[in-house]
Amino acid sequence: MSAVPQNQQRAYVSGQAADARVNVELETDGMTLNIGPQHPATHGTLRIITRLDGEQVISAEPVMGYMHRGYEKLVEVRTYPQITTLINRIDWLGSFANEVPFILAAEQLMEIEAPPRAQWIRTVLFEMSRIANITLFLGDMGVQLGAITAVFYAFRDREHVLNQIEAATGGRFHPNYDRIGGLKEDLPKGWVAETKSAMDKVRRFCDEMETLLLGNEIFETRARGIGVIPAEIALNYGLSGANLRASGVDWDLRRDSPNLLAWSEVDWKVWTHPDGDSFARYWVRLQETREAANIVDQLLDGLPSGPIMAKVPRIIKVPAGEAWVSTENPLGEMGYYVVSKGDLGPFRVKIRTPSFNNISIVPWVMKGVYVPDVITILASLYFILGDIDR
Amino acid sequence: MILAVELAYWQLLLIKVLAVMVIVPTATAVIVQTFLFKMMAHMQSRLGPMEAGPHGALQLLADGGKFLQKELLAPDRADRRVFFLAPAVVLLSTFLLFVVIPAGPNVVAEDLDIGIFFALAVSSISVLGILMAGWASANKYALMGGLRAAGQLIAYELPLVLAVVGVVIQAGELSLQGIVRAQAEGAIFGVGLIGQPFIFTQFIGFALFLVATQAELTQPPFDMPIAESELVAGYQVEYSGLQFLFFYLGEFGAAFAFSALAATMFLGGWYVPGLDVDGGLISNLVGPAVLFVKTMLVAFLIFWIRFTYPRLREDQLQTFAWKFLIPLALVNILATGVFKVVF
Repeated sequence: MSAVPQNQQRAYVSGQAADARVNVELETDGMTLNIGPQHPATHGTLRIITRLDGEQVISAEPVMGYMHRGYEKLVEVRTYPQITTLINRIDWLGSFANEVPFILAAEQLMEIEAPPRAQWIRTVLFEMSRIANITLFLGDMGVQLGAITAVFYAFRDREHVLNQIEAATGGRFHPNYDRIGGLKEDLPKGWVAETKSAMDKVRRFCDEMETLLLGNEIFETRARGIGVIPAEIALNYGLSGANLRASGVDWDLRRDSPNLLAWSEVDWKVWTHPDGDSFARYWVRLQETREAANIVDQLLDGLPSGPIMAKVPRIIKVPAGEAWVSTENPLGEMGYYVVSKGDLGPFRVKIRTPSFNNISIVPWVMKGVYVPDVITILASLYFILGDIDR
Repeated sequence: MILAVELAYWQLLLIKVLAVMVIVPTATAVIVQTFLFKMMAHMQSRLGPMEAGPHGALQLLADGGKFLQKELLAPDRADRRVFFLAPAVVLLSTFLLFVVIPAGPNVVAEDLDIGIFFALAVSSISVLGILMAGWASANKYALMGGLRAAGQLIAYELPLVLAVVGVVIQAGELSLQGIVRAQAEGAIFGVGLIGQPFIFTQFIGFALFLVATQAELTQPPFDMPIAESELVAGYQVEYSGLQFLFFYLGEFGAAFAFSALAATMFLGGWYVPGLDVDGGLISNLVGPAVLFVKTMLVAFLIFWIRFTYPRLREDQLQTFAWKFLIPLALVNILATGVFKVVF
C-alpha cells in the first residue's frame, strides 16, 4: 500500500467517485427532490424525500428528528413542578394544552383533585390555546396555497387571544400556569369581559376566513379531492384530532373520555366531515375554532367561585404507580404515560404527541399526487415540528 | 417634432435610450413602493415600511443599496455564462416593452405601425430568460420553476393575443398611437363627449387581458414558476444581489408596462377630452400624467388580485386557459367582427 503515492491513490478514489456519480445521473427513472429540512412548507425542520416523475410524486418519505430535544429524557431529572416548563414547548402554539394532561396524570397518581373553579379555568385556557393554535393554521393554509393575506389576519386576531392568555398567566406562549392540585393564581379582574370580546373577534375572524378562503373557487379546486384519507386508513395509521374527524370518524376525547375537566358541563358539538380531503380538514378546523369560542363563552358564564388550589403538600412527592392521561389537544390526542417510583421526579415519562402519528400517513397519502398537492396535504395535515420531534 | 432644434438621428436615439433607461427603473420603483410596500401592507392590516423617509417613501433606496452591495454568487455546477445572462434577458424584454407605449402625441420612443404586435412579441422574451435561469442554476427547484414558466407560456399567451384582437379590429390599427386616436375620435351612440374608450365595447377583452397579464407577470393566482411555498422561489432561488434585483426590475417593470398597455388599449391611453390628439405642447405635457393615472388604476386591479387569491395548479391553469379563456376570447372576436361589419 505504501508503494502507491498518496496523491495517486487520491486521484484513483476521486475517479471512482466521479464514475459512480455519472452512473447515478444517467438513471432516468425519476428525480429525487428533498423537500426540507429547510423549506417554507414544512414550517420547521421536517424533511420529506420525494421521488418524482415529472411533477408527479412516486413516493414520499418523511424524515424527522432534526429538532429532537430529548424531552422524555430531560423530564426524568426534574421535579414534577419543574416539568411543566419543559413540556410547554412541545406544541408551542397551544402551550397550555400541553401542561394539562401531564398535571392530570400526576394528580391521578397523587389522588388529588383540583377544585371546580380551577377545573373550569383550565378548560377555558385549554380552549383558548386551541384557538390560538388553530387560527394560525387557518391563515397558514392560505399562504401555502399562495394567498398571503390570510395569514396576516390570523396573526392579527390570534393576538387578542394571546393577550388574554398573557393577562391571566403572565406568559404569551409558554404560560406554565397549571399546577398539581390547581392553578398558579386566580384570574385578574375584568378578565372575563375582555375574553368575551376577544371571542367575538375570533368568531369574526372565522367568518372572514370562510369568505376569503373557504368560499374561494381557486381554494376549492386546490383543496377538494386532494389527499383523501378514508376513515379506515385514518384509524389504521393512528390519526387523531381534526384529521380523523375530517375523515368522518366521530371521535373527540373532550366528549368521549368521562370526567375530564369541564367539557361535559357545557353544550357543544363535535364536527365531522365525510370527505376526508384537504378541504374537509380545513372546514372541520374552522368549525372547531368557532365551537371553541362558544365553549369559552359558556364556561365564562358559569364560572364557579371558590378556591383555585387543593390542599397539596409543600414538597411534592408522587407515590409509586403508573398513570396514563390523554386529552384532545389542538392537534389531536396528546397523552402522558407517567411512571413514578415515589421520588421527587418521575422515573419515566412517555409522551404521545398527535403530530408524530399524523405525519405517519404521508407516504400513503402522497402517492401519485403532484408537487403543489404535496404542499396542500402537508398544510392541511397540520403538524407542529416540536410536536413531532419532542 | 416639438423641439425647436433639429437633431441628428444618433442624437435622437441617444436621448430615447436614456429616457427609457430612466423611465423603467422609475416606473418599477413607483409600482413597488405603491403596491408591493404600501397597498399590500394596508390590505393586510400592517403599516409596511415607515422608517426610511416620510411614510417609508425612501425604502427602495435602502433596499436597492443593499442589493448592490451583495456578492454575485453562482452555484458550483451552474452554467455560468447562461446563469449570468438570464436576468439581462428578462430585463431586456421589459425595456423593449416601454419602447412602443405612447404617452402623448409625440412622447413615444418609437411609434411602430405594428406597435401592439411588437409589444406582445417582446414580452415573451422574458420566458426565455426565465427558462435560461431555471436550467443554468443547476438546482432542481429552479429547473421545475423554469419548466413551469415555459408550460405556462402556451396557456396564457394565446388568450393575451386573442384579447387584443378585438381592440385591433375595432380600431382598425395595430399602432398603439392609432388605437389611442381611434378611441379619442370615436363616439358612444353618436355622443363624442369623452371619445370612446374601448372598455365599453371590449369589456370581455379587458377582463381576459387582465387575467392573461396576471399569468404573464407570474403573479398569484398564476405564480407557479415562483411559488414561494412549493418551489421556494423557483427560477430565482440561486440568484443574489444585483441579478436578483434585475429579476425584480423585470417583473415589476413589466407590471407597469402591461398596465400601461391595458390603459392605452382600453381606457383611452394618454387622451382625455380637451387634449389635442394631433400634437401640441399641452398634449405632450399633460398626456404622460393622464397615462400615469390610468396605468395606476389598472395596476391597482392587477395587484388587488395578486394579494388576494391563492395559486392554481399548473394543470388547472391549462384547463382554465384552453376550456374557458380561449373560447371566450374567440366568441369576443366573432362578436366584435359582426358589430364592426353591421355598424
